[in-house]
Amino acid sequence: MDSRDIVVTVNGIRHEATVKTRVTLADFLRHQLELTGTHLGCEHGVCGACTVLVDGRTARSCLMLAVQAHGHEIRTVEGIAPNAKELHPLQTAFQKHHGLQCGFCTPGMLTTLIEFLHDNPDPTEAEVRIAISGNLCRCTGYQGIVDAALDAAKTMRNST
Amino acid sequence: MSIQAAPSQRKETKVFGKRVPRLEDLPLVKGLGRFVADLSFPHQLYMRVVRSPIAHGTITRIDADEARKAPGVVAIWTHADIAAYPLIDFRDPSAEALMPYRQPLLAKDRVRYVGEPIAVVFAESAYLAEDAADLVFAEIDELPPHMDAQADCASFAPGISTEPIVLKQGFGDLPGAFASAHCVVELELSIGRHSGVPMECRGAIGRYDAAQDVLELWGAAKVPLRNRETMARYFQRSSASVQLYELHVGGGFGVRGELYPEDFLVCAASMTLGRPIKWIEDRREHLMATNQSREQYHRVRAAVDQNGRILALSDVFFHDQGAYVRTHGARVADLTIGMLPGPYHVPVYQGIGHFRLTNKTPAATYRSPGRYEGSFVRERLVDAIAAKLGLDRIEVRRRNLIPSADMPYTRQLGALGTEVVLDSGDYAGLLQTSIDRFGWDELQKTIRVRRAQGEFVGAGIAMFLEKSGMGPSDSVTVSVDPMGFVEVVTGGASVGQGFETAMAQICAETLGVDYRRIRVVHGQTDRIRFGIGAHASRATVMTGNAVHAAATNVRDLALKHASVLLQAPAELLDIVDGIVVRKGSPSGPTISLGQLSRQLSPGPEAIARGTNGLSCEGWFYADHMTYPYGVHLALVRVDGETGQVFVERYMVASDVGRAVNPMIVEGQVVGGVAQGLGGALYEQFRYSDTGQPLSLNFAEYLIPTAHEVPDVEVIVAEDAPSPLNPLGIKGAGEGGCTGVGAAIASAVDDAIGIPGAITSLPITPAKLKALLKNRRDNSNGDST
Amino acid sequence: MKAAPFQYHDPTSIDEAIDLLGKLENAKVLAGGQSLMAMLNMRYAQPDHVVDINRIADLSYIREANGALVIGAMTRQRDLEFSDLVRRTCPILHEAIQHVGHRQTRNRGTVGGSLCHLDPSAELAAMAALHNATLTVAGPKGSRELAFKEFALGFMTPALEVDEILTAIRIEFWPKGHGYGFLEFARRHGDFAVASAGALITLDAKGLIDRASLVIGGVGSVPTRVESAEQILLGTQPTQAVFEEAARACKSIEALDDIHAPASYRLHLAETLARRALAKALLSLRSDGEQ
Repeated sequence: MDSRDIVVTVNGIRHEATVKTRVTLADFLRHQLELTGTHLGCEHGVCGACTVLVDGRTARSCLMLAVQAHGHEIRTVEGIAPNAKELHPLQTAFQKHHGLQCGFCTPGMLTTLIEFLHDNPDPTEAEVRIAISGNLCRCTGYQGIVDAALDAAKTMRNST
Repeated sequence: MSIQAAPSQRKETKVFGKRVPRLEDLPLVKGLGRFVADLSFPHQLYMRVVRSPIAHGTITRIDADEARKAPGVVAIWTHADIAAYPLIDFRDPSAEALMPYRQPLLAKDRVRYVGEPIAVVFAESAYLAEDAADLVFAEIDELPPHMDAQADCASFAPGISTEPIVLKQGFGDLPGAFASAHCVVELELSIGRHSGVPMECRGAIGRYDAAQDVLELWGAAKVPLRNRETMARYFQRSSASVQLYELHVGGGFGVRGELYPEDFLVCAASMTLGRPIKWIEDRREHLMATNQSREQYHRVRAAVDQNGRILALSDVFFHDQGAYVRTHGARVADLTIGMLPGPYHVPVYQGIGHFRLTNKTPAATYRSPGRYEGSFVRERLVDAIAAKLGLDRIEVRRRNLIPSADMPYTRQLGALGTEVVLDSGDYAGLLQTSIDRFGWDELQKTIRVRRAQGEFVGAGIAMFLEKSGMGPSDSVTVSVDPMGFVEVVTGGASVGQGFETAMAQICAETLGVDYRRIRVVHGQTDRIRFGIGAHASRATVMTGNAVHAAATNVRDLALKHASVLLQAPAELLDIVDGIVVRKGSPSGPTISLGQLSRQLSPGPEAIARGTNGLSCEGWFYADHMTYPYGVHLALVRVDGETGQVFVERYMVASDVGRAVNPMIVEGQVVGGVAQGLGGALYEQFRYSDTGQPLSLNFAEYLIPTAHEVPDVEVIVAEDAPSPLNPLGIKGAGEGGCTGVGAAIASAVDDAIGIPGAITSLPITPAKLKALLKNRRDNSNGDST
Repeated sequence: MKAAPFQYHDPTSIDEAIDLLGKLENAKVLAGGQSLMAMLNMRYAQPDHVVDINRIADLSYIREANGALVIGAMTRQRDLEFSDLVRRTCPILHEAIQHVGHRQTRNRGTVGGSLCHLDPSAELAAMAALHNATLTVAGPKGSRELAFKEFALGFMTPALEVDEILTAIRIEFWPKGHGYGFLEFARRHGDFAVASAGALITLDAKGLIDRASLVIGGVGSVPTRVESAEQILLGTQPTQAVFEEAARACKSIEALDDIHAPASYRLHLAETLARRALAKALLSLRSDGEQ
């Protein structure tokens, strides 16, 4: 079977790994690195649950091969909190605003919003709704997520 | 970066009815949840299902020779390999007539829908299993597919019709009522096939522990204890040797947690192959294999008097069950009939449901089963009555609502095997509250102004009656450990709805401890013998009241012993923040629940023999369900040229008796609206004439995004606590969904100015455009 | 839903890529992967070889050259979205790009990938048609250039040989201050358009339309310039009546019929969106003039 050696930094940790070339980045993260916070909801790039940050930009990890991550820096939901004791403002806001129910879409929502709030630190509600329109949620009706994003944006603006 | 909010020093004990944060959230926001796909066992194999590409046909040969030689393949099964396994049983006793229509684990000689399992591959990885599955070749002689539940019946099997049963309920003199009516309003209506489609696909890991002779199913959901019974019966094993384990569940909505062929297959294979078997459904499979729902065709008639009062209601409908009857039996059709009259006084009623099989993916329950459908039918009818008599839509509803003075109201119908007795409610009161809050009258003026400017804008209304708290019973054990931590062991289940938090809140309030010190166990069959689970909006009502009962028992036990130790009558004692104190004397002697636990546990400090620690069981029984109710209001704009519908405002008023956590209730309502909106405007499982499913990915099956779902205004009403349980709770899981199809249809009618225009869901732009075009053509015709 | 096995190749130069494509049987070029990866996962595509061109340097750029916008084929859609040069010189492209999928897919998705996939409703393909962009294609015998009209052979069929790679696209600027309007109709935000329309117009000194381009995406098997509509527009006053007449001409397109919409509805949308896009173009012209 076709495989390659890759070097990839995930959540600040450098990994050397041998990957089958047809394995997606999502499956690599989930099964080889056991970072199962990145969820697979459709595997055809629509639901957004598998969204990770590649060199700071969001990507569907089901639409990337693990081998393509060679030499790149990946950030997953497990790596968005500053440390084991603290949470990212978005994580705090999701709890406060009931931005999750089953929690399956949450990792993709968080990674998507991290990039979005970086690009647009002071968004309107409509902009938030467009920003997360590539992430399907079946539980919340999105309202709590939108509220959480707006609140976290405020927190992040105030802390800088 | 912000510092994580330090746990507040303030103890959270008086938390019933409070918007406290959820206990479930922390691992989930950190990506540390454990969904079934996240769990692996050493030495596990992956299962891949080979599915029928043909909607209806006879299997003449299955060739798996090449597949067996593929890398990593350990075994391949077809029906012949597991011929001894019976059809999949119903969870509850069902009509004998339904028995032949149950699904086998793998198709024997006939396939009946695209996606039906015909073989399974067991291999060393998910990739290799899928590679081998592609090499399994099935020779299938095609038979004509039966795709229309309204058409003449066909043959399910030789001598067996596609209509196993016609359900019928009713009361009163129907012909008489229609004969004496001022007028009759009649509609043909249909609801599209759609379903729960949770973001997590299904998954199951079967594991046979040969050392202990225990069969385990990981990834259970919804009704783990009931499923344990079914599993044990199926495999002819003692209940104690079958254990189901619930992990994190990525949404339930009715479809997840039912037992499907794959659940039995992973268990059977784990015993035969001696290795854990992991199966994770992919999205394409999900859209052709997991329960679908809703598709019904109704012919409804109402006899009314000149004031718009309903004298009689008659409904005949065709329920498209798909290819097999799964674990629910005929429940959805039964619920449709039993709940169709809704919140209205209907003196005479007849509901007839033709339960019919077709060559589509099998159907079963989806959030608000039978009520989403029935509410669409009933509320369309009420709008039509108003239009026919030239009355106001709200006034007609007001005139027909069951007055609160008539509660409890016996409907003379059954649903879910119990008699429908509406327990409490002020329907008219909530209707008034909601239209006031929506600003309905003011809105009419705005609408008129906007219409004058050429906009197609309109408002809609629907009332709903839900059912919740299905019995018969639930038990819970509440235990306090020597450090004062509390464990609540339930037979319930969590599908992401906030079950743990709600149970902890009830326990905290009753027992007098911080809810964050409470651990709630659910979905673990090795921890509790009896329980049902999380469906039919029952968990908070049934399990919640059992928690209340158990916590009350623990409280009584603690106070009894504390009374001796503190030398004070139990009535004068209270528990505050986990410490037993004398009421009104904070400086007096105290004892903590932890200390009491130690003294009640076997050991050197034990103050009594034969005690079981500070731990008690509690039971709650319900002979009847409780009936939440409410109002949906919508404001929509239609692009008159494209037929696209924009939902500008949406409000739900929902009476839940008492809200344990209003934040969670609102979340349920808003989430329900989003799903209801999917069924109203976007979602549909479509099939070609040859039975090929046409909605097999998320570009074809359209789940609403944040862009389509409006901000929902929610009124959580507590006007009518249920008299049927000590906490007064009614379920909150479904009312947000129930009325959406009806309310959107009502609003679209109003927006395009054609009363009764919307007769089917979903309302697609192309369909709406055609309606508008017809109107234009007709009006052109009139003018010339 | 896991891809079938394939051999993976990641050439670092165009020549190497072309060489591989010439040698390998049943090979697929992997650019941004936002369509191909999904097709691989679903096993709709089962190539024996995947030639990943992400490691080829110098295919990602946006620059101005001789009054045209030149975009490297591996330029990420996101980079178009955030490009000041694009916004300034080709505002309709800036507008259209925001309808392409979602941020997460635009971050990876490439200009060339979209054009070669040639989905009939792809916004980038519509933009290429609207401007009749010039495409540069590299092959074993060197580079050749062809107009989008020649490139878009038919339904999802670009005029590329198996050993050719699209390397760049050139879009001629329209005069500063031209009128532009892009609209699309999709069931949900970010979905492939059921139909889209893009319009560019300029007026002469007398206020008559002296140049017009109108494209309809999602309706025909490829994005279609509606030349008959453009002819109607030329030399006329830009009035609602003229726009309506031009829009009606869009109904001549041979329309697709699928799960998302019947052909008749697509044609209806084509007409509606064309009229609106023209009106929007006129509005942009006027608001520009007022500045």
